Order: sequence, then structure tokens, then C-alpha cells
Amino acid sequence: MATQETTRVTASGLARSRARAATRGGPQKQGTFTPYLFMLPYMILFGIFVAAPTISAFWISLHNWDYLLPGKPFTGLDNYIDLFSGSGSAGLFWKSMWATAQFTIYSVPPLVIFPLLVAVVLHQKFPGRNFFRAVYFAPYVLGVAVVGILWRYLLDPTVGVINYYLGLIGLPSDIPWTNGLPWAWIGLVGMTVWWTAGFNAVIYLAGLQGIPRDLYEAARVDGASRWQQFRHVTLPGLRPVTLFVVTVTILASANVFGQPYLVTGQSGAPGNATRTAIMYITGEGLGRFRMGSASAMSILLASILAIIGAFNFRLLGRRND
Amino acid sequence: MAEAAVASRPPGRSTGSRRPLWWLAYAALIVFTAFYVAPFVWMIVTSFKTNAATTAATPTWIPQPFVTEGYSEIANPALDQPVLKWFLNSVISAVGHTLTVLVTASMAAYALARMEFTGKRLMFGLIIATLFIPPIIFLIPNYLIVDTFGWIDTLMAVIVPTAATAFGVFFMRQFFVSLPIELEEAALLDGANHWAIFTRIVLPLSKPALATLAVLSFLNNWNDFLWPLFVLVSGPNLTLPPGLSQLQSSYGTDYAVIMAGGVLASIPVLIIFTVAQRYVIEGVARSGLKG
Repeated sequence: MATQETTRVTASGLARSRARAATRGGPQKQGTFTPYLFMLPYMILFGIFVAAPTISAFWISLHNWDYLLPGKPFTGLDNYIDLFSGSGSAGLFWKSMWATAQFTIYSVPPLVIFPLLVAVVLHQKFPGRNFFRAVYFAPYVLGVAVVGILWRYLLDPTVGVINYYLGLIGLPSDIPWTNGLPWAWIGLVGMTVWWTAGFNAVIYLAGLQGIPRDLYEAARVDGASRWQQFRHVTLPGLRPVTLFVVTVTILASANVFGQPYLVTGQSGAPGNATRTAIMYITGEGLGRFRMGSASAMSILLASILAIIGAFNFRLLGRRND
Repeated sequence: MAEAAVASRPPGRSTGSRRPLWWLAYAALIVFTAFYVAPFVWMIVTSFKTNAATTAATPTWIPQPFVTEGYSEIANPALDQPVLKWFLNSVISAVGHTLTVLVTASMAAYALARMEFTGKRLMFGLIIATLFIPPIIFLIPNYLIVDTFGWIDTLMAVIVPTAATAFGVFFMRQFFVSLPIELEEAALLDGANHWAIFTRIVLPLSKPALATLAVLSFLNNWNDFLWPLFVLVSGPNLTLPPGLSQLQSSYGTDYAVIMAGGVLASIPVLIIFTVAQRYVIEGVARSGLKG
């Protein structure tokens, strides 16, 4: 490093460097502790709130860790075994995992495709482009609590405007968006698309800007139609960005909490059908304070997500060569 | 219809490529965008209605009568739901969190970008690795840690733990590495120590990155819902997101009040987004390109 830095220094700096090196013994005169002092404030936070929790999550999951009881007996893998043997609340947990899987399966395709369309449109040159980009991104800065209370009102089966307008155009005006299936999923996915599509669109836009223009020119010279250009230049060019969007969206959807919590309620109407894994785990660990089993559930969920993430990178990365 | 009006305008005023089809697409975009904005407009409109009007059989886009009852209700200091106190708590939390992130992340990132020391690779590797750990893992242990510190139901619980995110360090390190090193080396040769170089040369050169990180940290903290929902317990100590949830459950169908709370929670982030749009969008775009 020291030699590398010296080679990059400007000519005058280099001259001075030589002069000083003669008297002081080189430009690297940082104290031994200096780097650690710079690292210290962050590493304290990191150690306490990231590193220690990662380890203690496993430790807690090996105990019957009830926050409200004095003893927290070591129970080995019992919390995990219980989840797979179907005893106690395992059934409700797996039901919540299924709800999470459904939300992920329903929400990822629109969250990957619709923002791509938005990005392709906003990538064109037309008046007010930056304004439109801001509008599509804006819902994302609102936060899930605002979006949740707003959509709870919009989707209300009796006083919501969505049912009102559906009635006006001759469709059923009593659709149970907040407490019936499959309507609850459609409502939750719809509001999530509204909320986060702009985020994905901005990432796609950055990807589109990274595709060299000559590729389009070459395609046009070869007589490629607009669709062919999109299919053979744009999509391949966006592959790494798409990989990122798909992975981030799967992880975000699998962690869904606020939308159902605020729209279909804490118990996930109808009948726990939309109570997601994060809702169940928080209820188990921080509502009923059964932290041992909740930690085991967290680790199980996190492991599944890690596997999906790794699989994703392999799947999409493989076609990248 | 706006669609027809726009479509009938003479095409190709500036370039010959603007055919009727182009105008039609542009009109469609405007209409679609109007639908996109409608939910947000509806929140604002509703907040100026009477509670009775918010559940009327025929909804209207212009409040009649136009009232500010929703706002005076949430501004009432004698209220069970002290929304203005929540607003203040959210400001303190978001500002405190942002400052913590800026100081700790930029210092660590500077060491990682510009210094050689034993354990550097290990530390950086560990920090980056945690970017891939689903945050649900931290939830219960961090609840217990925060409880040990006596921080449950205090703003410390929402300011500090989330500042440990690896994103800030990663983001600032990438920026520092991209800065030309010559100025720093010249200063080092002139006898300046690393602290002086960091505060007088590197940080002033890093204003765009710091602004981006500040805006993203502020928005994250302002909007954080799950964590404060569980670590903040009593009425006066909430931030706005868990507060809005409580407003929703205690006001039921008084949508004017609930939407007034929503508007209040949206104003700061929308102002920040309008003013610092470049930083927000660039920050998001850059985070994507990293992947």
C-alpha cells in the first residue's frame, strides 16, 4: 500500500515526499492505534447490535426462553424439533409461512415487471420526465405506516372509494378487500406495488443508463424493430440489475409485515390467512414473550431466505457469461 | 377529456417523430400518473372533511364542508393520542439516528478506505457479510439487549441499534475510495494527522455522499414501523409510525383524524424528497448498481 500510494502521488508531492522521507522516515506516520480509534465507534455499535445478536439468536433458540419466567432451561434443539413435529403452535407458524410464501409469489412478478415498464417509459426523452420519475418514486418515501392506514381506508369494503368506483362501472361494490380471499391478497399486493414500484424502477433506470447506445444503433442498422431491440439489447443489458431487483424484492416480500398488520389486522383476516411469518414471529417472541421458539422460527425463516437468495444469484448469474 | 385534447394537438412541433401515436402515449401516461397520485390526494382531501363526510355513501373529491377538525383533533394536547408529541419524538429520533450513522459510518469507512491495519480485512468482511443476514434474526436478541440497557420505551431504543447497519460504512467507503488521494497525501506530508485530514479535507469533499447517506438514514428512521412498534410502549413515547397504527385502532372510522395523522407524518419526508430528490434517487440507484 505504501509503495502504491507513493507511485500515485503528484510530481511535486513526490519531491516533497523524498525530502521528508529523508528526515522523518517515510510518509506513513499514522499511529498504531489511529485506525482502531477510527473504527471504534462503529465497531461498538456493530458488536452490540449486529454481531452479538447474530450469535445470541442461535443461543436463545436452544432454550425454553420465556422472557416472563426466571429460569430459561437449555432444551437443545427442542424448539426446532417442535416446529417440524407439528406440536404446540407449529401449525400456526407453518400457516404463517404459507401466507408469506403466497404474498411473495403473488407480489414479486408485478414488482419486477411493472417497474421495468415504468423505467423503460421514463427512459425515453419527453417533457416532464423528471417530474414523472419523482411521482412514481414518491410513495416509497412515505413509509409503510402511512401507506397502511391510507390503503386500509381505500380498500374498506363498505366506505372505501375502490369499491365505490367498482360499483360505478358496474362491477361488484362489496368486495371484501380486507377480510376475504383472494381479495385480501390482491389488495395487499396492489398497495405494495403502489408503494415500492418506484424503488425498483429507479434501479432499472440506472441499469438502462448503463447500456451503451451503440448497441441500439447497431441493432437499428441491422433492421431490428423496437420490440427486437428491447428483447435482444435492453433485456440482456439489464440482466445484472434484474438479478438484483428480483433478489431484493423476494427478500422484501418475504419480510412483509406492515401492510397486513395495518390492512387485514394483527390476526391477518380472514382467519389468520394473511398473517405472515414476521407477524407470527413478532407475536410469538414480543407479544407472548416465548423468545426461544420465536428465535428458532427466525433462524428457520432466515435460512430459507438465504438459500433462496443464493439460488437466485446462481440461476441468474449463470446466464451472464 | 384531456386525452382527446392532447391527442388532437398538432404533432411534431419540435421533432418530426412526434406522431399522433406519441401524443396518445403521452396522454395515457398522464392519465395513468393521475391514477397513481390519486390515493395520496385522497388522503389529503379526506383530512379536510368532517368525520361524517369521510364515510358518506357518495365520496367527493372536494371536502364539503371544508373543515380542519381532523387537524385540531390531533393537535389537542389533552388527547390520549398525542400526535404532536409523536411528531417531536420522530424528529428527535430521525435526527439523532442520522447523526449517529454519519459520524460512526464515515469514521470507520475512512479507516477502511485509507489505512492499513491488522484485522482490516476481517472487519470489513464481517461488516459486509451482515448485509446479507435477514434482519429478523436480530429482532429478539436486540430487544433483550435494549431491555438490558433500560432503553425499552425510550427514544434511545429507536436511535441507536439501527445505526449499526453496515450500509452506511459500505456506502461511505466506496465513496472515499473514489476520491483522489493526492490531497490527503500532500496534507499528510505537511504534517497533518489523520483526524485533521479526515475532518478538513475528506469530509468537505464528501458532501454529496454524506447528504445521500443523511437523507436515506433520515427516511429509514422516520418510516421505521416494526421495531418502534415493539420497543416503544406507552402513549407519549411513540414515534409517528406506531402512533399512526394506534390512531387507526382507537379512531376506527374517524377517517378525517386518521388521514390528518397520515398527512402530518408525510409532510417532512415529502419536503425532504422534493428538496433532496437527487440524493434520494441517486442513493437508491447506486445501491442497485452495487448488486
